[in-house]
Amino acid sequence: MSTLATPTFETTHVRRDVPAVEVQSLTKEFRRKDRSAGRFARRRMPALKDVTFTIDRGECVAILGQNGSGKSTLVRLLSTLLINDAGEARIFGHDAFRDTRVIRRLVNRVSVEASFFKKMSAAENLSYAARFYGMGPSRTRTAVPAILEKVGFPADRRREPMENLSRGMQQKVALARALLTAPVLLLLDEPTTGLDPRSKLEVQEFIRDVRAEHDATILLCTHDMAEAEALADRVGLLDRGELLFLEPVEDVKRRYDVDTLEEAFFAATGRTFEDERAEDDDYREVFG
Amino acid sequence: MTAFPATLRQELIGLGGIVERNVYLTKRYFLWDLAFMVWTIANTLTIVFIARAVNVSPAEENVLATRLLVGAVIWAFLGIIFEFVTETVAWERWEGTIEYTFMAPISRVVHLFGMAAYAVLYGLIRATILFFAVVAFIHIHLPHANYGAAFALLAIASVSFMGIGMMTAVLPLISPEKGAQLGFIMQGIMLVVSGVYYPVSVMPEWMQSIAKISPATYALRGDRASIVSGAGLQWADVWPLIVIGVLAMPIGLTIFRFGERYAKKHGKLKRSG
Repeated sequence: MSTLATPTFETTHVRRDVPAVEVQSLTKEFRRKDRSAGRFARRRMPALKDVTFTIDRGECVAILGQNGSGKSTLVRLLSTLLINDAGEARIFGHDAFRDTRVIRRLVNRVSVEASFFKKMSAAENLSYAARFYGMGPSRTRTAVPAILEKVGFPADRRREPMENLSRGMQQKVALARALLTAPVLLLLDEPTTGLDPRSKLEVQEFIRDVRAEHDATILLCTHDMAEAEALADRVGLLDRGELLFLEPVEDVKRRYDVDTLEEAFFAATGRTFEDERAEDDDYREVFG
Repeated sequence: MTAFPATLRQELIGLGGIVERNVYLTKRYFLWDLAFMVWTIANTLTIVFIARAVNVSPAEENVLATRLLVGAVIWAFLGIIFEFVTETVAWERWEGTIEYTFMAPISRVVHLFGMAAYAVLYGLIRATILFFAVVAFIHIHLPHANYGAAFALLAIASVSFMGIGMMTAVLPLISPEKGAQLGFIMQGIMLVVSGVYYPVSVMPEWMQSIAKISPATYALRGDRASIVSGAGLQWADVWPLIVIGVLAMPIGLTIFRFGERYAKKHGKLKRSG
């Protein structure tokens, strides 16, 4: 699409001889107040433990996991918002923790929070975001309406403050913002959480379109197993910071001899539904 | 297009984007701006009216009112710069946009400079409105005022204020809960030692020592001289501002970079903190 950010950067910085994403022994932990051990005591809480995987160019990979399993930490590490404790991550061959300028140009992220200036309109928020990617006013004048139309955003609401829009509408604008910058790696962190069924389906349809039309590689983090199964080539399970598997859905089911991903989850973690309900919520609270 | 011009172009467009965003926000919050402007004018009047209460000749009263007014205007100007720059992080955290901004492909220098540039522009407009509104209301006579020199000195001082603002902008990054409050404390301390409504000489010696490293001291002194007696730019005020500005900007940026790294290491960029 000619209205999107220039592909020149992509052609000079995206290596085709390497995977889109290479993660090797990636480890991250946070320190958290531990009141039980004293007023100023802290304890280390592992968020990601020795995670290793690769994603090929053009592939859509879903990482499943319950709240607090480390999915958002993984996305934040790949989008230069966190610094690793150990291991490495490469995006199209670029070190995610050193070549941050290049990475930021190649990657975009849509998270569960829409992250907009609430008083600004959809068009203003998109124009503002586009400036960071070198798109001047003359380009956004045509690109912003075009992209909003593409995600099914009503033309008569473009000038309305974001705070007046529904969650579903806001999430469409978030997807439009991500696509406007023509990312070669799209990180989707629970993009449909909290949406009504119709909005959810629209967003999922849009993700399929993005992949089909823009040659984008997609990492989808979700706790919605049906969504993962519907959209991804391979699914992974992140549990308490550990990646238990990452393979096509049918292989997962075959490996655990189960019919559904839910059953595979319990088989892989070795926990039962009752265990899940009884589990201390402390772990989830930290990284959710 | 070769790499450097392309990068420069992208950074300049990004800089324009930050200014543009602040223009949008100012438009959206216009009524709040108006209310704040009225409050600032009223507050300044309460200070400047003190000159009327002092039993001195009309000429001395006029000078005293002008001195108080210059102090109040520079306080307001500084307040705007600190509010914009110091709250760069706090503001984005509150809006929930901080992670998006920090993963955008724009250098932190341009990001902070964009915020500071808008703050200076916006602060100058507000300070000008405030100054002339109070002058008109109280009928202060300024027959010798050298506005050109006063503006020029304020512009030079702005570089230092921006640098110090960048140093304090890091506080909400390191401590989401307490950082913004510490920024306010820093602003207050800088103004109290800089002789905002009184000569620096009336303060205890230890405070006078701190005043020497505050850019507000020289901005206040020079602007008072320009407005009251029509003095031009005085080298004695200009060189300390240049030195502080040259040091404050890179120190501010360096501190911010360290703060950003710390925040990324410890997961402090998250929306909720």
